[in-house]
Amino acid sequence: MSPTGVGRIGSVFAEAKSENRALLIGYLPAGFPTLGESVALVEAMCDGGVDLIEVGLPYSDPLMDGPVIQQAVDQALSNGATPQSVLTVVKAVSDHGVVPVVMSYWNPIEQFGIEAFAHELRQAGGAGVITPDLTIEEGQPWIAAAGSQELAPIFLVAPSSTNERISRIAQVTQGFVYAASTMGVTGARDRVSNMAPQLVARVRASTDLPIAVGLGVSNGAQAAEIAKYADGVIVGSAFVTAANTGGVAAVRQLARELAGGVRLAR
Amino acid sequence: MSTTEANLETGLPGHYGPYGGRFVPEALTSALDQLDAAFRAGIADPEFTTRLVDLERDYTGRPSPLTRAHRFGEHCGGARIYFKREDLNHTGSHKINNVLGQALLAQRMGKTRIIAETGAGQHGVATATAAALLGLQCTVYMGAEDTRRQALNVARMKILGAEVVSVATGSMTLKDAINEAMRDWVACVDDTHYVLGTVTGPAPFPEMVRHFHSVIGRESREQILAVEGRLPDAVAACVGGGSNAMGLFSGFIADPEVQLRGYEAGGDGVETGRHAARFAAGRPGVLHGARTYVMQDQWGQTVPSHSISAGLDYPGVGPEHAWLHDTGRAIYESVNDSEAMDAFALCSRSEGIIPAIETAHGLAGVIRLGKELGPDSVIILNLSGRGDKDVATAARWFGIELEHSEFGASIELSEGR
Ligand SMILES: Cc1ncc(COP(=O)(O)O)c(C=O)c1O
Repeated sequence: MSPTGVGRIGSVFAEAKSENRALLIGYLPAGFPTLGESVALVEAMCDGGVDLIEVGLPYSDPLMDGPVIQQAVDQALSNGATPQSVLTVVKAVSDHGVVPVVMSYWNPIEQFGIEAFAHELRQAGGAGVITPDLTIEEGQPWIAAAGSQELAPIFLVAPSSTNERISRIAQVTQGFVYAASTMGVTGARDRVSNMAPQLVARVRASTDLPIAVGLGVSNGAQAAEIAKYADGVIVGSAFVTAANTGGVAAVRQLARELAGGVRLAR
Repeated sequence: MSTTEANLETGLPGHYGPYGGRFVPEALTSALDQLDAAFRAGIADPEFTTRLVDLERDYTGRPSPLTRAHRFGEHCGGARIYFKREDLNHTGSHKINNVLGQALLAQRMGKTRIIAETGAGQHGVATATAAALLGLQCTVYMGAEDTRRQALNVARMKILGAEVVSVATGSMTLKDAINEAMRDWVACVDDTHYVLGTVTGPAPFPEMVRHFHSVIGRESREQILAVEGRLPDAVAACVGGGSNAMGLFSGFIADPEVQLRGYEAGGDGVETGRHAARFAAGRPGVLHGARTYVMQDQWGQTVPSHSISAGLDYPGVGPEHAWLHDTGRAIYESVNDSEAMDAFALCSRSEGIIPAIETAHGLAGVIRLGKELGPDSVIILNLSGRGDKDVATAARWFGIELEHSEFGASIELSEGR
């Protein structure tokens, strides 16, 4: 029997742990800059050593994203990206032997139909969904739909989350907890927020789930720094910038650098 | 059905049947909780409410009059039409009611900076005004398309000391200004309060903004009982996000004999696809933190709206309106650009009141409604704002030559702060 989405995510984290390193998670929007190119880009991420890929579902009003991802998503949408493009990219990642999850704002999933989305995502080989604007209060129907397909519903915690909320979020999350390192939108930053270690420590206190840190990570040194205390390092905008400046080769190169970073720390 | 009843129905605060709620990044949850607590504590605190009532009276100039529109009424099937004169408020529209309440809450929460989105610029001007009054820093986000068509208000905000950020992403209108304001808020939430300008967004905004505008409904109810000795047959308003409408409706929602009528922007006509008619052409979805009617494509991507009126040019609508629509308690119709501009001219010439173009949509609706309800009917229209800001647009529409482009030019002032 093939392992479930939740099970596959658990396995890659366990494997990284056994190698005494953090997991490298990379994000790119599906259909950016075109569907064909985005498949080539995620394959380059896989080849460069990314362990788990977040395939973004392009949305017209990405209010948690900074300018780099906003532009990429606009480009994907004007080139015709749809939820079907996301499923195509998810399948490509899965076929490449890497675990794909989807990152999507809520409305496109609701409009697709939440049961239908969960079903099709599982068929395509997806393992879970990160929902950055779905609060746990509104998330019950989705948690049930994801559960019925054994997909991981992945929620975010933020530096402003109370311990009480963190524990409620961790209770309904599966796969890993996404710790947003900073109060702000996506985008590369010179330094990773000093709020991240404390946030990770607070999450650890309430769950045994793996914890991945995202927002603002762009190079191997930052990845190494986060890998000291987190189970996963999430990189998004930097991959988009690499794709913009140097295409497939630059994306593969960045993946290698970051993959080195997550192995350096411990 | 009242908000409280709707909340009871789902058991979840901030919900109106299936609508409303909170769809936001986790980083904003604690700020929304803090705001919710400050709002409830504030309105229960006599010191806070006295301060607000004093400002409403001494600064805004409340109560606003209820004016019988005799000559305009002749064009509405002879119905007895009354205008609730929010145009006479300081800063020229209803927007100040909400802004003063929220700015006082910002102070109460110890925030030193307020930010806002604006479409027509009226909410931005009101926010910049309150910031000046209370000594707060202020940044206003405005779509690039709107900074062009509402240049006068851009100048007013700058004169008042606000920073105006022109947003050149997406459709470059109100929706994109809200995205930018939300992004600012997530990053600066420690010292910043986001003064959302209408009854949309995540809880508690729809309920709170309605609360601060409910003074419109309370006054109107008292005033109409005093002059007519009875409740009106209908109350009407234009509906962008829906704040002026919610403010007026709130005074009459519990009176089933009073019809609630909302008018949304039909743009070039609903059939053309270039409009902002969420009820006529949208469907339930999630936008800007709440579930409501949204103009969207088959995949849930927001579709850009179009209207001659910047303040109605928005693809979503307040969640309580969505609920009032579904339950049939309120009826929403659309009014296209040319019908609105005809009403704009008619109101100017029959009453000596130049309305905001937003308001003109409500006026056009009332012309239809008066004919429907007949000469014995009593109708209150929320005259939500004055048209000074729209003079350039109206001049262009009616082919009035301006000697030089005094109004159209964007006025550059040094950002002194
Ligand atoms: C005068 C006036 N009326 C109405 C509106 C529409 O907003 P709402 O529907 O929230 O009242 C605006 C918005 O800018 C406005 O300036």
